Amino acid sequence: MPILTADMSAGTLVEWRKKPGDALERGDIVALVETDKGLIDIEVFTPGVLEKIVVQPGATVPTGTVLAIIRDAAPTGAPPVAAAAAPPAPSPVGPAPAPVAPGPAGRLRISPLARKLAAELGVDPATVRATGGGAIRREDIERAAAARAAAPEQQPRADRSARLRQAIGAAMARSKREIPHYYLATTIDMHSAMTWLTEENLKCSVPDRLLYGVLFIKAVALALKEVPELNSVWRGSEPVRSEAIHVGVAISLRGGGLVAPALHDTAGQSLRDLMRQFRDLVQRARSGGLRSSELSDPTITITSLGQQGVETVFGVIFPPQVAIVGFGKLVERPWAVAGQVVARPLVTATLSADHRVSDGHRGGLFLAAVDRLLQAPALL
Amino acid sequence: MSKMTYRDAIRSALREALRDDPRVFLMGEDVGGYGGAFKVSDGLLEEFGPERVRDTPLSENTFLGAGIGAALGGMRPIVEIMTVNFSLLALDQIVNNAATLRHMSGGQLSVPLVVRMTTGGGRQLAAQHSHSLEGWFGHIPGIKIVVPAVAADARGFLLAALRDPDPVFIFEHATLYPAEGEVDEQAGPAEIGRALVRRAGDAVSVITYGGTLGKALQAADELAVDGIQAEVVDLRSLRPLDTETILASVAKTHRAVIVDEGWRTGSFAAEVSARIMEGGFYSLDAPVARVCSAEVPMPYAKHMEDAALPQVPAIVGAVREMLGAHG
Repeated sequence: MPILTADMSAGTLVEWRKKPGDALERGDIVALVETDKGLIDIEVFTPGVLEKIVVQPGATVPTGTVLAIIRDAAPTGAPPVAAAAAPPAPSPVGPAPAPVAPGPAGRLRISPLARKLAAELGVDPATVRATGGGAIRREDIERAAAARAAAPEQQPRADRSARLRQAIGAAMARSKREIPHYYLATTIDMHSAMTWLTEENLKCSVPDRLLYGVLFIKAVALALKEVPELNSVWRGSEPVRSEAIHVGVAISLRGGGLVAPALHDTAGQSLRDLMRQFRDLVQRARSGGLRSSELSDPTITITSLGQQGVETVFGVIFPPQVAIVGFGKLVERPWAVAGQVVARPLVTATLSADHRVSDGHRGGLFLAAVDRLLQAPALL
Repeated sequence: MSKMTYRDAIRSALREALRDDPRVFLMGEDVGGYGGAFKVSDGLLEEFGPERVRDTPLSENTFLGAGIGAALGGMRPIVEIMTVNFSLLALDQIVNNAATLRHMSGGQLSVPLVVRMTTGGGRQLAAQHSHSLEGWFGHIPGIKIVVPAVAADARGFLLAALRDPDPVFIFEHATLYPAEGEVDEQAGPAEIGRALVRRAGDAVSVITYGGTLGKALQAADELAVDGIQAEVVDLRSLRPLDTETILASVAKTHRAVIVDEGWRTGSFAAEVSARIMEGGFYSLDAPVARVCSAEVPMPYAKHMEDAALPQVPAIVGAVREMLGAHG
């Protein structure tokens, strides 16, 4: 069970999309998993043959649990490898949940009585902390059951939007608790960009048209090459710079809440490819069909509330990322150009960044780079 | 009901048996003229005469065999072996004859033999007189093994053994002879094969027998000062073993510490632990712990002998560790 979102500790296997004996290619979707963020397609990162399904549909298992065994495609003698537990590098995996008394082989250290009691009370032992220093004991299970009874909204069977709310709350609380944010804002003249975009869109049919938001995405991705420390993930006690740039885009969900799946290799893709993928992401985010890597891979997030009329958004960093870029509403305002006051479409771009990783100076350079890149849209 | 020592309680049973049943006789090394190495049979020679209280040569295999023969011939012999260490000389008679004859004769033969022997350390008698080997005997089907820890049981089990149609071995811990306890001399035989909860508790089951029962109860007293209520189970009989009582206690406390004066490896404590695992696995909230003797020949020096034997602080420590890490 891969860690799909920060603070994810368990997931429910909903459906297997492959059966034992099926040949698998890297990227194939093998299973559907339900998490706090909805239904996620689980991709496989190892080619081979699905040898054995370990976790059956309906089971809720802790992250790190082996879901299935994939045999190497090599004809003989190859040992089976555990699958679907490790996303590809560089993968900003959300920090593992506080380990729950792992045994030597990753097995939960739990007394037989506690295990039995957990099953009777419907407590998932993987979510219970061992307080005695050793294994999870009866007391720990009883305490967990009591806590759950006292806070019914925390029940695993609570509806998804409540759980999503809870997951967002946990991630944001952690962010505000642990990450020393600093905030910068700049106003960007979008005249060149919008002019170019209008011309560009005249050349193509309506469904293929670009939205200006995709320019922001690409500009952010390219600017990260200039200020790469913002494209990092916080691991343990230090930032780890990510070679790949996977920009996550915040998408609000109809039932409330949001997800921020990744547009993989954002800097290397054309605007049209990004546009197509972005539309696809929005549609899948809302219908429930995101892939595991899309949720676990973002190295930075963009949040845009322009459509809601917001002029300036200072985002809260989504751990373990170290920065979030915000874009507000595009507004026509008086703007001085070469000594003349003219009406120009303006947007406020903001940066919330982790002060442990970067300083305002570097953050300022980053926003300046975004501005500069947006002045030359044809090069995006 | 009267207070008497463990030694006197055994003598009370011996006297009652010798008086009431002409088939009963006692034999062993120094049981007559010397009154028994531990003075258990003191005065019985004078009371019942040399036919009924017989001194034997230092030849355990022979007089144990003589006891088997007498039992086969309809007598009710009580054979005393001075210490369990010496009983090893008689193992052939015990394992190959006493334990097997009923089975090998298709039930035609009975061996109503009673064997008493001293076991255990704590009296500075060194490595040839101090070991606790009753666990070995507990391995053998065809014989019964009782381990009285209190005076009343010492009396009751001897009376029960004499009524049993099969060989019964009574292990008397050397340190218990002077220990006093309440004994009802009107009470009949005790039931062999029934363990007893000597002290009720809910935090942990301390399971023991014989010479370590007192230490377990003392440990329970110390733990109670801190509000830890240990339940102390006295096994009383190793074969048959009262698994039901053990499991009932563990089902209540969810934890078990077994105290056994035998060496840990292959100990009787290991058998009890295995039965708990087999029958009580899902009621366990912590791994079963054992407090056994150090795996050395019993030292002579007092401080070293003390260090080798299970002691109260070790029992208390095992319980605290279990409750601290797992409780």
